[in-house]
Amino acid sequence: MLGLLNRIILTILISIITTLSFADEQHSHGTNTNYLNTDWSFKGIFGTFDRASLQRGYQVYQEVCAGCHSVQHLSYRNLSEKGGPEFSVEEAKAIASQFEVEDGPNSDGEMFMRPARLSDKFAKSFPNVEAATAANGGAYPPDMSVLAKARAGGADYIYSLLLGYDDPPQGFELDDGVYYNKYMAGNKIKMSAPLMEGIVDYSDGTEATVEQMSKDVTTFLVWAAEPHLEAQHRMGFKAILYLIILLTLVYMSKQKVWSRFGSKEEPKEETFDKVEKVVTEYEGEDPKTFK
Amino acid sequence: MSKELKPKRRDFLFTATYTIGAVGIGAAIWPLIDQMNPDSSVKALSTTEVDISNVEPGKTITVLWRGKPIFIRRRTKKEIDEAGAVDLKDLKDPEKDSDRAKNPEWLVMVGVCTHLGCVPLDNKGDYNAWFCPCHGSHYDTSGRIRKGPAPTNLEIPKYEFVNNNTIKIG
Amino acid sequence: MSENKYIPKTKLAKWFDSRLPLLSLSHHLKEYPTPKNLNYWWTFGGILTFCLITQIVTGVILGMHYVAHTDHAFESIEHIMRDVNYGWLLRYVHANGASMFFLAVYIHIFRGLFYGSYKAPREVIWIIGVIIYLLMMATAFMGYVLPWGQMSFWGATVITNLFSAIPLVGESITTWLWGGYAVDNPTLTRFYALHYLLPFLIFGLIILHIWALHVPGNNNPTGIDVKKNSNETMPFHPYMVMKDITALLVFIIIFFWFVFFAPNALGHPDNYIEANPLVTPTHIVPEWYLLPFYAILRAIPSKLGGVIFMFAAIFVLVLLPWLDTSKVRSSTFRPLYKKFFWVLVATVILLGYLGAKPPEGIYLVLSRIATAYYFIHFLILLPVLGRYEKTDPLPMSISDPVLDKPGLIDKFKKAAGQYEGENVGSFK
Repeated sequence: MLGLLNRIILTILISIITTLSFADEQHSHGTNTNYLNTDWSFKGIFGTFDRASLQRGYQVYQEVCAGCHSVQHLSYRNLSEKGGPEFSVEEAKAIASQFEVEDGPNSDGEMFMRPARLSDKFAKSFPNVEAATAANGGAYPPDMSVLAKARAGGADYIYSLLLGYDDPPQGFELDDGVYYNKYMAGNKIKMSAPLMEGIVDYSDGTEATVEQMSKDVTTFLVWAAEPHLEAQHRMGFKAILYLIILLTLVYMSKQKVWSRFGSKEEPKEETFDKVEKVVTEYEGEDPKTFK
Repeated sequence: MSKELKPKRRDFLFTATYTIGAVGIGAAIWPLIDQMNPDSSVKALSTTEVDISNVEPGKTITVLWRGKPIFIRRRTKKEIDEAGAVDLKDLKDPEKDSDRAKNPEWLVMVGVCTHLGCVPLDNKGDYNAWFCPCHGSHYDTSGRIRKGPAPTNLEIPKYEFVNNNTIKIG
Repeated sequence: MSENKYIPKTKLAKWFDSRLPLLSLSHHLKEYPTPKNLNYWWTFGGILTFCLITQIVTGVILGMHYVAHTDHAFESIEHIMRDVNYGWLLRYVHANGASMFFLAVYIHIFRGLFYGSYKAPREVIWIIGVIIYLLMMATAFMGYVLPWGQMSFWGATVITNLFSAIPLVGESITTWLWGGYAVDNPTLTRFYALHYLLPFLIFGLIILHIWALHVPGNNNPTGIDVKKNSNETMPFHPYMVMKDITALLVFIIIFFWFVFFAPNALGHPDNYIEANPLVTPTHIVPEWYLLPFYAILRAIPSKLGGVIFMFAAIFVLVLLPWLDTSKVRSSTFRPLYKKFFWVLVATVILLGYLGAKPPEGIYLVLSRIATAYYFIHFLILLPVLGRYEKTDPLPMSISDPVLDKPGLIDKFKKAAGQYEGENVGSFK
């Protein structure tokens, strides 16, 4: 009876799992989620950012993306903070002063523009979402502060998207101002391929290939979304190492404490010992009885 | 022999566990406390620039710096003379006027009474300078405490003249 | 309660304890007799207390920096993540803490189901537990709305719209919940206030939950009553405390692995997009711990029906002590129930999986079958099993050899057999 029940349950379970895996396969058909991958330095429990890549990534962002995409949650001071691109404070100040931000009201009640300081948020290219949408053919260029966390696939997705521009397959209809991208949901994207060989001029001599720029700007965006990533990894490693040591000590203490209670934790062994003892005693006595 | 050693070993194990456990609890509590300290965006707001070109002699403007009022007074000749003539022995918190005002014409101070944090009124009090209405502290034309419960002079913030018309505070 | 009464040692202690018996209470908590055979599944009560306290502490702190306003909520979360000292740590602990809280509560609930901990005389403990679970879901749901991301907004819209299924007054109730004609600022501020309040109600209920537990004492893996003040029990402190801390540390290691190395793995990327009332995400899913109920909701092809079945799925747990008619508590001695228990676990996991999938095709069919089975388990199988199941013989006490680990009895028999064999030989 129990055996039969077991077999029925197992059969149902296996058939459900098979059906589901088949259904999943059918569903994921359409958009390519097999993202391209590269050797990200920030992955893994010891992951840190590549400073040079972050600095180059900032340059790509500023020269290529910033025209449409804001990073409204970043401040200029972040550029010189630990764990980021780590520009010197002077460099960060110089970067900030290239941009104008609105301040005020002054004593006359007027708003005015002044050069940005370290404490200011990154200047935006459009005052609001509506303006950005209107200026970009009806598609809002998303703010990129947390973009790396706001897309399934994260860094790999952004990297793939930047490299995913291609000619549409035969018969694929595209309207004007819409482009084909292998990794975009539905394969249609309103942003034209933003990067082309040599569009920026890296001051450190790195060759500005499309792959290199994609990698750098993606690294920059991952940092922008998670500026404390390095501290997080460092603290996490220490915390877990500490917990394992403490766990070992607590477990040993616990065993000690429980051993005070006789062998309470392993009553079964104790019972068996008793049984064995009785048996042995009896055996020992046995010959005498027979004598 | 083994009976004597046994409790010692046990004690060491427990002590080690307690100690290491306590260290961890301490480390876990620190972020809970430190989060109340000024955050990095607050710390970054360290400087503010003030345009002083429109301030007439004998007038004070008040600007906000780090959430506190800053008095910027363009002193008259009379006020400067009064402040300079005071004998340091008469002061509760002796300080020379020349140490308090880099440029004698301009007095820049944190406008917070050193007693309990109220904002003093200007052109008031026994010295016709600053007077705190909360508990009656009188300050002179250099912002030094002369009478009343406040223990020290009005605080001078870090500031510099960027040019003739602009002061940078912080 | 039958353990030794507290006798104050000093005059001061006597004076104080006769006015407020806190010392007696602490003595009771230390000496509280626990069955010595409790396994590690019993450590989740302590783990859950840790989870609640962690959530309250980090939550109160996040409340110091969070701004409950539709214009500032998303921004204030980013402010916490970027600027506040250790803000990222506190938020990730709070967000992942919610998931860990539910992980622990599900283990705790299924432990109760497996060992029959809901049966007499522990029905009240169980019912208080179900209420705590309901409040936890409400708290978690409202907490998820606070960051004001896309999932926050649309999750809030979908869940509050559930109430519009109620006949006649549904629309008015929804409007009342919203404080407007859609989820908006008034909704956010009231959710914030309630999200802050409910954990303290949960805290109060946990005190009742433990109080109700301390009257009959713990169930145990055998499900048979232990003799108090016998060698079958051991004082809570230090024995259970040490065991609980050991398990808690393992739990915290898993917890911290998520916090530091995969802090967003259990969340949804769309919640890092600020709420936009004009655009619905293509695929709305609640947090993982609500998915089984979400699957039940969508499995029923009627708006009102779905809501009724979803709430019934939780309410049926309240009736459980009376639906399960078996006299035997622990499934250790219930071979058939034990099978169905694991089928139920699989069903709930399957429902959770289906809750994350679009409600169409094979997913919908399976959701319906699984939903039906969920209710069949509680409403038909349990009452019937109690009547007809042939249970294994119960041991006389929790340390009876019947319970011993597999092999021991065989060993005993073998020893006995050898002896018998020899014996016969020697007689010859």
